[in-house]
Amino acid sequence: MSQPLSFPAAGASPIGARIPMVDSVDKVTGAGKYADDMTLPGTLAGKILHSPHAHARLRSIDTSAAERLPGVYAVLTGQQTPVKYGILPIGHDETIFAVDKALYIGDNVAGVAAESEAVAEAALRLIRVDYEILPAHFDPEKSMLAEQNLIHEDRLHNIEKEYHHHFGDVEAGFAAADYIREDRFECAEVTHAALEPNSTLAKFDPDGTLTVWSSTQVPYYLMKALAATLQMPEEKVRVVKPLVGGGFGGKSEVIPLELAAAALARKAGRPVKITYTREEVFLAHRGRPRQIVELKTGVTREGKLTAVEARIIQDGGAYCGYGVVTILYSGQLLNAMYDIPNVKFDGYRVLTNKPACGAMRGHGTVNTRFAFELQLNRMAAVLGIDPVEIRRRNLLKPPCMTVNGLRVLSYGYPECLQKVAEKSGWKDKHGKLPYGKGVGMAGSHYVSGAANPIIRSQMPHTTVKLSIDGTGTVTIFSGASEIGQGSDTMQVQIVAAELGIPVERVHIVAADTALTPVDLGSYSSRVTFMAGNAALEAAREARRKILDAAAEKIGTSPEQLILENGRIFCINDARLALTFDEAVRLALGSGEKLMATGTYAPPEDAQGGKFKGAGVGPSPAYSYSAQVAEVTVDTETGEVRVDRITAAHDCGKAINPINVEGQVIGSVWMGLGQAVQEEMLWENGRLMNAGLLEYRSASTLESPPIDPIIVESNDPEGPFGAKEAGEGSLAATIPAVAHAIFDAVGVWINSLPITPEKILKALEEKKKSEVRSYESELRRK
Amino acid sequence: MRKERIQLHINGQAREAEVEPNKLLLDVLRQDFGLTGSKRGCDDSSCGACTVLIDGEPQMSCLMLAVSYQDCQITTIEGVADGSDLDPIQRGFCVEGGAQCGYCTPGMILTAQHLLARNPEPTDQEIREALSGNLCRCTGYMQILSSVRKAIELLRERQPVEVQQR
Repeated sequence: MSQPLSFPAAGASPIGARIPMVDSVDKVTGAGKYADDMTLPGTLAGKILHSPHAHARLRSIDTSAAERLPGVYAVLTGQQTPVKYGILPIGHDETIFAVDKALYIGDNVAGVAAESEAVAEAALRLIRVDYEILPAHFDPEKSMLAEQNLIHEDRLHNIEKEYHHHFGDVEAGFAAADYIREDRFECAEVTHAALEPNSTLAKFDPDGTLTVWSSTQVPYYLMKALAATLQMPEEKVRVVKPLVGGGFGGKSEVIPLELAAAALARKAGRPVKITYTREEVFLAHRGRPRQIVELKTGVTREGKLTAVEARIIQDGGAYCGYGVVTILYSGQLLNAMYDIPNVKFDGYRVLTNKPACGAMRGHGTVNTRFAFELQLNRMAAVLGIDPVEIRRRNLLKPPCMTVNGLRVLSYGYPECLQKVAEKSGWKDKHGKLPYGKGVGMAGSHYVSGAANPIIRSQMPHTTVKLSIDGTGTVTIFSGASEIGQGSDTMQVQIVAAELGIPVERVHIVAADTALTPVDLGSYSSRVTFMAGNAALEAAREARRKILDAAAEKIGTSPEQLILENGRIFCINDARLALTFDEAVRLALGSGEKLMATGTYAPPEDAQGGKFKGAGVGPSPAYSYSAQVAEVTVDTETGEVRVDRITAAHDCGKAINPINVEGQVIGSVWMGLGQAVQEEMLWENGRLMNAGLLEYRSASTLESPPIDPIIVESNDPEGPFGAKEAGEGSLAATIPAVAHAIFDAVGVWINSLPITPEKILKALEEKKKSEVRSYESELRRK
Repeated sequence: MRKERIQLHINGQAREAEVEPNKLLLDVLRQDFGLTGSKRGCDDSSCGACTVLIDGEPQMSCLMLAVSYQDCQITTIEGVADGSDLDPIQRGFCVEGGAQCGYCTPGMILTAQHLLARNPEPTDQEIREALSGNLCRCTGYMQILSSVRKAIELLRERQPVEVQQR
């Protein structure tokens, strides 16, 4: 369908225009297709048998009865699919179905393809598995001491990975501090709960080519994993990403159903579709791990940070997934938005018998940021320095390198602080509201794409091709994955702007590994910066070709030409020289399509230091956010009502402000869920709240007004100055809310989510300690 | 299970299918009639993505047996636009960013349509209450609320909107 709605007025640049997403009509009419909306003749229903035990050896599996059931076309177990995979080259510890052991309640044990879901489910019930139940590990602090019954035999003490970083000299830093605080923070495990359950449709052609339509953020990595696990050449695998109903990181690594559907389709000789139930989505998980942060920070009387030291433990679940990256982000970005000369980080990614954690919006940075920002506010309160002011005293001075080798060029954080303080009325509210009401503030930041690819290679991180026909219609071919964040629209706007044509003349074909060039995927907020830059480079090449042809025809030089709104003029001459499509036809000559290509790879000086683990954290640019939360706390019930969040976000340049605002609001809202209500509740490895109501995803009634402020720092390397907008705002919300609770009722809560029970307990303890100090005062008198 | 022949009235048309008597309306819409705009987001009526209008009332089609609704008028998202003319609510969702991933959007739009049919000038609180059974994980609801407010404005103006195919 088309983009029929309000577009920028003729002549106005598409950059900064509040235009509807290019796929919005498909979404509001129901015409757009998501993976589960698609079917092929003869498609079978796939279902997966999940382990009921948290840690169990598979003594034997008998599938004979299931195979005999009429309507069953294929049954598979781990013995037939033993190739290991994982999103990280150093973490290949998964198989499509468990081979020796099941490692969590919900682990994949067998798969069935049948003529209907009912038959597939009946077949699952006929599979006999003989389990030898093993002792299981659930608490990461205990799991990391384990000697026996290890989850993976090659991971001693169930530690997937540990890192120990030291930059500067923290001992000297703490010696120079006037005030040192040490606190322990605990953050519960949360999950993406994207509204679209994971779904995959797979079919084999008679020539052995596999095509997979899947709810994925990473079609390219999925293609590689399919080829590896099915032992096929990559050129025989095609992955198509249809519309994706939300990802938030949950679809940014290969999810078992994607491989299982393909393996079953091969065995059955028919197309197979697997769509997870909501419970299965919760068990597939890959969300934000439970994290324990022991944080020590030193500051001078004047509020200058001298050193920070963190010991971080992440409860990673049973497989590596993105875990090594998650633990590294939690350390590498600990210090990186402030000027802190001395930094120490000890990080442990620990295995437990629960579903694997992975990348979730704000990947690895969120819980560390919560701890750091809340502790900073606590220190500011002790020192009597305004929380906005203490941040101003510790700003980076870009262009600069942080002590751990992260290059910072654009830095809109100071402006975020100023604007959020102004708009929220910070000065008039902080410390001045009646008991029970409070305001809090915090900052956060995030990468605009990882500077290093997951699989090391010299290939560009993204390539975008343009094809322009003789009517002047432009088609973008891009591997970038639209998942609702607006990446297709962003590329259309950039190409239209550079070519000086209206956006409705630009179409996009995206995320089909057979048709589009390689893009690494929608993760680490990389798409605007990287695919945007590649699209811009491709458009520049096309523009050059078109203007060269026009200049030759007119008898001038290309520098003398202006191209805007589909028309070409000579400088200082208001008469139309040529239309865009006339110039395209001149450039085409006898050719059919004018082609142009752009690529993007991060510059070398943005790729980080040389130490172990230095590859995670570096980015060509960082976004920044500063937020103010306003809350009301009911001291009788402990209930927190968040009244408003004001959020300033430095996105470099808002290519589409309505989409930037949508991303900022959505991030804040998701942070709010983690702050006050969302939590995965476990009992002996069993998830107790695997439903959207039980997980307490907020409705309209629990969602406060969120007021976004766009800050534009114009990054020197971003496309039109743009950086990321989709993740960086999430982290600041959580400490801002916790800080506001302190401002309201005088208690610091270091544990997420901040439930009424925790507030009541803290208020009770505060009362007791006040009584104690009153009594000791009386005794002294 | 033995299939039964049923007739449903969907988006103003009588449609027939052979379905199991225990088949859910959502599955009949999606699988038998190809009306995939109604979405399944959960299995327990917690998300509202499957919302359709039954005689004008929003209901969750994942909770309903198709055979039981043969005497009703069923409206799905595919029946909201008038040919190529978007409904003002659909237009509101496009221009105000109400649809990010779009998965909750059909249910949101049908629920909003019911609200505005009953109450053309709802307060913000009334909009929030009406949409409280439809979960969204992308938008934080702010741009959904502004989409509905935009729709109210458009309905007031009653401007016909042209949709061009391309």
